[in-house]
Amino acid sequence: MNKEQILLCGDELYEAMTQRHTLRPFTERFTDITIEDAYAISLRMIERRVAAGEKIIGKKIGLTSKAVQNMLKVGQPDFGFLTDAMAYSEGQEMPISEKLMQPKAEGEIAFILKKDLLGPGITNADVLAATDCVLPCFEVVDSRIENWNIKIQDTVADNASCGLFILGDKAVDPRKVDLSTCGMVVEKNGSIISTGAGAAALGSPVNCVTWLANTLGHFGIPLKAGEVILSGSLVPLEPVQAGDFMSVSIGGIGSASVRFV
Amino acid sequence: MSDVNENKLSQTQIEELAEHLENAELQAYEVTKITDDYPDMTYKDAFDIQWEIRRRKEARGNKIVGMKMGLTSWAKMSQMGVEHPCYGFLADYFTVPDGGEIKHDELIHPKIEAELAFVTKAPLKGPGIHIGDVLRATDFVMPAVEVIDSRYKDFKFDLKSVIADNSSSTRFITGGRMADVADLDLKTLGVVMEINGEVVEVGAGAAVLGHPASSVAMLANMLGERGEELPAGSFVMIGAITAAVQVNKGDSFCVRYQDLGTISGKFV
Repeated sequence: MNKEQILLCGDELYEAMTQRHTLRPFTERFTDITIEDAYAISLRMIERRVAAGEKIIGKKIGLTSKAVQNMLKVGQPDFGFLTDAMAYSEGQEMPISEKLMQPKAEGEIAFILKKDLLGPGITNADVLAATDCVLPCFEVVDSRIENWNIKIQDTVADNASCGLFILGDKAVDPRKVDLSTCGMVVEKNGSIISTGAGAAALGSPVNCVTWLANTLGHFGIPLKAGEVILSGSLVPLEPVQAGDFMSVSIGGIGSASVRFV
Repeated sequence: MSDVNENKLSQTQIEELAEHLENAELQAYEVTKITDDYPDMTYKDAFDIQWEIRRRKEARGNKIVGMKMGLTSWAKMSQMGVEHPCYGFLADYFTVPDGGEIKHDELIHPKIEAELAFVTKAPLKGPGIHIGDVLRATDFVMPAVEVIDSRYKDFKFDLKSVIADNSSSTRFITGGRMADVADLDLKTLGVVMEINGEVVEVGAGAAVLGHPASSVAMLANMLGERGEELPAGSFVMIGAITAAVQVNKGDSFCVRYQDLGTISGKFV
């Protein structure tokens, strides 16, 4: 794709998000679109959000489960950017009916960094040493592509299908919890709908953050002290609508809950 | 479960079916599910067949070393198409040491499940047993892996057939670390099952009836329906936290438990 097409697609995505309409998959319109093109489009979309006053506060890692990777026929995760406009706090209502189009919730572990991490050459030990705390998190993903009909390039271009997220209030030192075996229980409207464990995300959420630090390192982009890193879902995605109430509990970490309006 | 107090089979039929199913277990061959031939059999008949298999083993000198719950998770109930949990007994020769070998040829089509086991220090007698009673009566919990092996063709059955077949029990491994229930959050306790080094299943304790202790309470209440109790010192496996995974000869497995260590083994 040429520079103009990339800018155009980034602008289309930004407008689709702000005006709340979906787009035809880019992979249908540009059959030769590469993953590099897709990241360039996502950078344009995020540039528009920053120009409109949003602040980048972290990153998210997506496509971390084997099931999702198999579905999209990819062998690696992807990433997107988090802004302050996406962040909600424990107990706050999340206005999905006003902000999102096709929301799905996923339970994750969020990392808050206390040191910069610049790949390549980052190991899990570096990630743990640079982690201030981990928190329970709900990420509500959304797609600007119609009917979630995405291929890897479509979701990468669309900021890794990022929507909104909520962090729980319990922040835990990563040395106090085994992030690979910690269990997750997700409840929706009073019923337990899924359980999982840390290993569901690439074997460990730490592996995911290490992957991101090394992948961004190739572009010279560091993970920065103070940033929030969402490490990938540990349970299947759950479609949600206004009126739903969900909570996620993580063994050794704590819980987060969210009411959708 | 309805018809828990009523028999439709005669004592002779119950004894014949017990022998039929136990032979299939001991000689490792498949049979058709017994409800195909006895569509009117009741839950009482099904449990009577299981208890007759147990009696046969004890008469032969085998010791009963514990109990197990089966079909206690939504994953398992939907995998098997049944709507209620069931129980079975564990005989002495079912035990395999941690890190040990399981002979695949002695079994039909084994699958493994990640579970937890409760060891009790006080008797539990239903009806009316709840989670609080179970936690108070628990000496400690420890990790367990169950090998299940339905004697039914293609692992397909209904609830009555599986109850009669001792709830597919065949082998189990326990080990790892014991812990006091007060030191664990059993609902969020995570498990990770790996086969040949690859993560195949993950889950947390809440997958078993919302809380692992509720499985033990249900066992005590189901046994209470027959006037039986769980005596102090019982070893009880709660049922699978994850879906059951088929294993082949040569496969090795390792199940990792949050705060409770690991259990491993190999099929030879």
